[in-house]
Amino acid sequence: MTDRALAVVRAGALTTVQDRGRPGHAHLGVPRSGALDGPAAALANRLAGNPPDAAVLETTLDGCSLRPRSTVTVAVTGAPCPVTVDGRPAAWGAPVRVRAGSVLDVGAAVRGVRAYVAVSGGIAVEPVLGSRSTDLLSGLGPAPLTDGAVLPLGPPREGRARVDVAPQPAPPEELVLRVTPGPRDDWFTPDAVRLLTSRAYHVSPASNRIGLRTTGPALERARRDELPSEGMVLGAVQVPPDGTPVVFLADHPTTGGYPVIAVVHPVDLPAAAQARPGTPVRFVAVRRRRLSGG
Amino acid sequence: MRVLPVGEDALLLEVSSGEEAQALHAELLRRRAEGSLPVREIVPAARTVLLDGLSDPSRPAAELASLALPPAPPQARETVEIPVRYDGPDLADVAAHWGICVREAARVHADTEFRVAFCGFAPGFGYLTGLPARYDVPRRTTPRTAVPAGSVALAGPYTGVYPRSSPGGWQLIGTTDLVLWDHARVPAALLSPGTRVRFVPVAATGPAG
Repeated sequence: MTDRALAVVRAGALTTVQDRGRPGHAHLGVPRSGALDGPAAALANRLAGNPPDAAVLETTLDGCSLRPRSTVTVAVTGAPCPVTVDGRPAAWGAPVRVRAGSVLDVGAAVRGVRAYVAVSGGIAVEPVLGSRSTDLLSGLGPAPLTDGAVLPLGPPREGRARVDVAPQPAPPEELVLRVTPGPRDDWFTPDAVRLLTSRAYHVSPASNRIGLRTTGPALERARRDELPSEGMVLGAVQVPPDGTPVVFLADHPTTGGYPVIAVVHPVDLPAAAQARPGTPVRFVAVRRRRLSGG
Repeated sequence: MRVLPVGEDALLLEVSSGEEAQALHAELLRRRAEGSLPVREIVPAARTVLLDGLSDPSRPAAELASLALPPAPPQARETVEIPVRYDGPDLADVAAHWGICVREAARVHADTEFRVAFCGFAPGFGYLTGLPARYDVPRRTTPRTAVPAGSVALAGPYTGVYPRSSPGGWQLIGTTDLVLWDHARVPAALLSPGTRVRFVPVAATGPAG
């Protein structure tokens, strides 16, 4: 085993390998996958001196612990959390040197949900269809981390990172999701579209990388027939039979048979990745930028 | 054709039949290949084709609204032959639903030329059309918690082959040893939208093991 590797001391509740995902294969039923909070993952890579397409670790709520077998630069971004090296406090959101054999601990998120851990050289598991991302819907890519696993690291880039600190958005107290109506808003009562954009929803604990589930007023359909399966996009607000909206995140299915009442602007999705269960969600209807509307 | 905007950079094109959707899909692939339709994903489905990742959806929206479709999709480039043992646990139910005997049901299926209308559900799972409408079958009332990989199955107008073990409510009529999806292979998926498919009966070899 090469010393360019990382031993997993504590895998945490759900820690996965993520990069920018595998778009371009939706017609084969392959989800795009990739880091849910893309800007946080990209920042972690910049701080660790990695190219933007390097694979990082995405943790869920309670972090993880890692022991690199060679000296590396790491950076932890996304959900704010305590970071220690061999028990001594280290910086969050900045490059941290971790010597060979030392233990980096990424603690439980103080706010937000997902922390991103970039390691110089990137996580170098074998790519699948051009991406190292773990896709929890279809099972493509590496399995979620387990205690004792060893992950290969790529060769570090020459030279030092050009950034050493950068501002990051705070995880949201209230999640505001801008939506454009459609494509299937006509499958719902006019009241339903008004409800969606005027009433308070909350993030459901059943949320995951596939979708941000919500609790709140059920949206009533105007038609009862079955919608033939159709292609789904990132940010689609799909309404299953129970009437509560689900916002599709990176591991969403490529086709689906429940009507999509609206689509969330992609710029608002990283905040959705950091919204804890119980966070209030407000859907705000906005005018489509280029199109004049259906 | 209806052109439905989807968010900021996608369009859902809706037509009135599966045949039209396949013809539209072929036409969109042609346009992308010749460079006149820059788009990240072209995702066909039952009655629609999704264009996702358009840099400017307004131009294709205007162009496509007036598109006259060719009457039928062009001939597929290739035919994939899937060896199948017609030994599925639901074959007798399907045959009864069709009002014919089991042997005849297998023959009807094997004599049909299929085409992959679209993919979804799992990587490499194709929704194959080709059986006449009178052979539509309902889904099972109780889905199975685990359908074995390689199961050849029917639901509604579609035939599908499970690329890996998963829960499923389709009627299982047979089994194939062909590996439909292998991410280490190029291409990973044997079936992609537009592929022609024939099922070739092979003799059952008896229970494995």
